[in-house]
Amino acid sequence: MSIESFLQTLVFGLFVGGIYGIAAMGLALVFGVMKMLNIAHGELVMLGGYASFWAFSVLGMDPFVSLAIVIPALFIVGLVLDRTVYRHIVRLLGEEKIKNSLLVSFGLTLVLQNLAQWLFTADERAIQVAYAGEGLNLMGVTMPYTRLGSLLIALLVTLGLNYFLHHTYPGKAILATAEDFEAAELAGINIHRVYMMTFALGAALASIAGTFVTVTYGLSPSIGVIWTLKALIVIVLAGTGSILGAFPAGILLGVVEAISGAFIGATYREVIGLVIFLLVLILRPQGLFVGRN
Amino acid sequence: MPIWEELPMSKFLGINHLNASYGDIQALWSVSLKVNEGEIVALIGPNGAGKTTLLRTIAGLHRPLSGTVQLGNTALHTLPAYQIVEQGVILVPEGRRLFGGLTVLENLELGAYTQRARVARFKTLKHVFELFPILAERQKQRANTMSGGQQQMLAIGRALMGLPRLLMLDEPSLGLAPMIVENIFEIMKLTNDQGVTIFLVEQNARQALELAHRAYILEQGKVVGTGTGKELLHNNEVRQAYLGFAPITG
Repeated sequence: MSIESFLQTLVFGLFVGGIYGIAAMGLALVFGVMKMLNIAHGELVMLGGYASFWAFSVLGMDPFVSLAIVIPALFIVGLVLDRTVYRHIVRLLGEEKIKNSLLVSFGLTLVLQNLAQWLFTADERAIQVAYAGEGLNLMGVTMPYTRLGSLLIALLVTLGLNYFLHHTYPGKAILATAEDFEAAELAGINIHRVYMMTFALGAALASIAGTFVTVTYGLSPSIGVIWTLKALIVIVLAGTGSILGAFPAGILLGVVEAISGAFIGATYREVIGLVIFLLVLILRPQGLFVGRN
Repeated sequence: MPIWEELPMSKFLGINHLNASYGDIQALWSVSLKVNEGEIVALIGPNGAGKTTLLRTIAGLHRPLSGTVQLGNTALHTLPAYQIVEQGVILVPEGRRLFGGLTVLENLELGAYTQRARVARFKTLKHVFELFPILAERQKQRANTMSGGQQQMLAIGRALMGLPRLLMLDEPSLGLAPMIVENIFEIMKLTNDQGVTIFLVEQNARQALELAHRAYILEQGKVVGTGTGKELLHNNEVRQAYLGFAPITG
């Protein structure tokens, strides 16, 4: 393999990893704060993708511009899902909470998939922007604008989330609730409000990932499962409870998949991700990026 | 055990016929007591007597089965925990319960989360740093990397950041070196001198009774005695059960 094609593989791995990172951060946020596993996270990615697709095909909006409506739209979807479904689960304790969250969110997965199929049909959709084929060329490495833009926005969102969590009171309330919800209540934090905002924020992050997926690959009602799975692998890599660590872990998974795909064969890409998932669980269950966040 | 005369002071915190359960077991049986404004009141009793359950119920982490908790004219038992904090009733919980992954400064900032405390937070922070200089030195350090004594200071500092009118402490001296315990008792005295009412649960009965204006004894979920700190220090039954003395005879 030439150095150029290696670099090209590496760069494409980075691009994919950025999407993994954003998708996983939303799931990690909900898991870390609410202590429940939202299997339907991938379906929120899918819904975000459709929001972006319709904004493009009906309103003619560039997907990077329409994020300004797609993000608030999925934030509201998140609020509604929290008020109607998840707030009943988050009140439960310990094992009962995690079990119920798995069952209910799995059910929601089916509901949202079928709803999307009914509303949008099972047709595969994609966004073809005018500049889809164009990109930067650096030392023989091609960087399409769509993917470069996605990675850049993913990076900005991560930095923004870091600032929000560590330097604003609502953000610190989220971190405090993740650490110890009773101690958070004793500090005067309304934790049910925190849970609601956290879930909505998770959905908003999913919608960003969904937009990138629609721009980069394609969209159908059934894409959710694979994104939930990817996000799960990433949060295990990052260490459960590490919210911002999900971003570098996502990048890592993207790069490892791309390089192993190039060396071992594209058919084994998915397998590599799952093998890493198992190895990390066995050898380093606390995750690779545990630390402050 | 005799019930001593009540002090003629304004009622501040009033607990009336409170029943509460811990899991499936009833932990509090018709508990009634009061804390007057400006007092230090101690609650002593053996392990499993329901002391922690009482404090958690006042703080709103626990719903009582029946009975009331009044702060002046406000019924605390109907409020969620965060609104009880807004009323100025703040608990330093058993085991400290710091936000371990966050820094000392972040912990203190979170203590001043309510609107009332937030506007005054820079002034309060200066005050807390004067009380506990070690917290100023270690403000960038993660809370879970500090020693037990420092963590307890941070837990008290975090509670003070919320501008308490009533500060409740659950076993603040548990597992700490005597010198640090001394320091923490001094801080409680000082805080009380500055006008904060204190309700203290302690296994260190002697020091608690020496500090407190009044005290209650809780056994098996029931209030079995009360009196001033001095009176209880000299009470035979208390000396035998909690202070490790033989009874005074003759």
